[in-house]
Amino acid sequence: MKTCLQRRLFVLGTAAATLSMLVPASARREQERLVQVRARRFTFEPDEIRLARGMPVTFEFTSLDVPMGFNLPDFGVRSDILPGMVTRLRLTPDRAGQFPFHCDIFCGSGHETMSGMIVVT
Amino acid sequence: MEHTIDRRDFLKLAGLGGVVFASGLAGWASAGTPEKDFYFVQLSDAHWGFEGPPNPDARGTLPKAVAAVNQLEPPPDFIVFTGDLTHTTDDPAERRKRLGEFKGIIDGLKVKDLHFMPGEHDASLDHGAAFQEFFGDTHYSFDHKGVHFIVLDNVSDPAGRIGDAQLAWLASDLGKTAANLPIVVFTHRPLFDLYPQWDWATRDGAAAVDLLMPRANVTVFYGHIHQENHHMTGHIAHHAARSLIYPLPAPGSQQKRTPLPWDAAHPYRGLGFREVAAQQAGQAFELQEFPVQRGAS
Repeated sequence: MKTCLQRRLFVLGTAAATLSMLVPASARREQERLVQVRARRFTFEPDEIRLARGMPVTFEFTSLDVPMGFNLPDFGVRSDILPGMVTRLRLTPDRAGQFPFHCDIFCGSGHETMSGMIVVT
Repeated sequence: MEHTIDRRDFLKLAGLGGVVFASGLAGWASAGTPEKDFYFVQLSDAHWGFEGPPNPDARGTLPKAVAAVNQLEPPPDFIVFTGDLTHTTDDPAERRKRLGEFKGIIDGLKVKDLHFMPGEHDASLDHGAAFQEFFGDTHYSFDHKGVHFIVLDNVSDPAGRIGDAQLAWLASDLGKTAANLPIVVFTHRPLFDLYPQWDWATRDGAAAVDLLMPRANVTVFYGHIHQENHHMTGHIAHHAARSLIYPLPAPGSQQKRTPLPWDAAHPYRGLGFREVAAQQAGQAFELQEFPVQRGAS
């Protein structure tokens, strides 16, 4: 009897734990944004990206010409951006503000102006 | 070249003195075998080929700097160029033309012991190929009067990395150098995260600093940021030099890393070169900043 009760409690507890894990994960999936960023010498499109604090975002990068980089120093993240393929970077901004990003692979005569801004509210 | 008078006094007398900024930043060690003091000159970021409002005399500034250095008496033991000799161009033929023109101008320097390294404008679009045709290796070391000088290349990789192979070379070079020898590093980009938001960093610079850290006396001279900057990582001093084309804003002082505007009332303001006096066999360094022409600050 005792063993049977323990088994039922265990099953209920496991189910509850599973639900508690699934619900937030499901909610996160619903909330997660996908932001596609196209790079070409010497611009990012878009060059201003608005995000919500605490909401996960996945960037998908593509380059239309030469290898480049996406560097967001305030969050300590970067990604290569390569022609002919998609690279992904996941981020959950944990604070509001304006955060500049830039190309960190020297890509030509306009490289130093290749930058943008992430605005987190 | 032995200096029998204090250089600061000498330069004041000669009317050449700029702003005396710092001395002894690398720290003083106990005196060993006395070596003769000497000094060298650091020139940086000439950006030959640049044209634009930030410097209406872009083609005249480098020759003025050459003339000013030629006035130094006694002359420096050697001159080092810490990168961005030329302004970048997407055209490989134009890149070589600019490198050749730069070389032609600095051939006018009286001092013939010259050391070079590339900046990203010279080397990042072809992994240093054109630069090497004109100026040779992009990383190397040499000794001078009791000081070990190391040139590091953090620009030929367009990602701004030193790279594992060069880091291994650095470790080997340091391993072959007497433990008590002062180390001076020349490089283009800062080896530390000065302001990564403007790409003022070297992605694997910390690995180089880690290799240098066990040495008691290390000083780094670099360019790239077009202004004086002085920073310590532990006991290692890092000194950025002014440029010879246009000054850039202080790190993070404005949203964009755009050149400071030309000041017609004070032409060449913020431009210049540096003299570095090594004292007591490189146990201490005195830095002195010079304008490209007299009267400019």
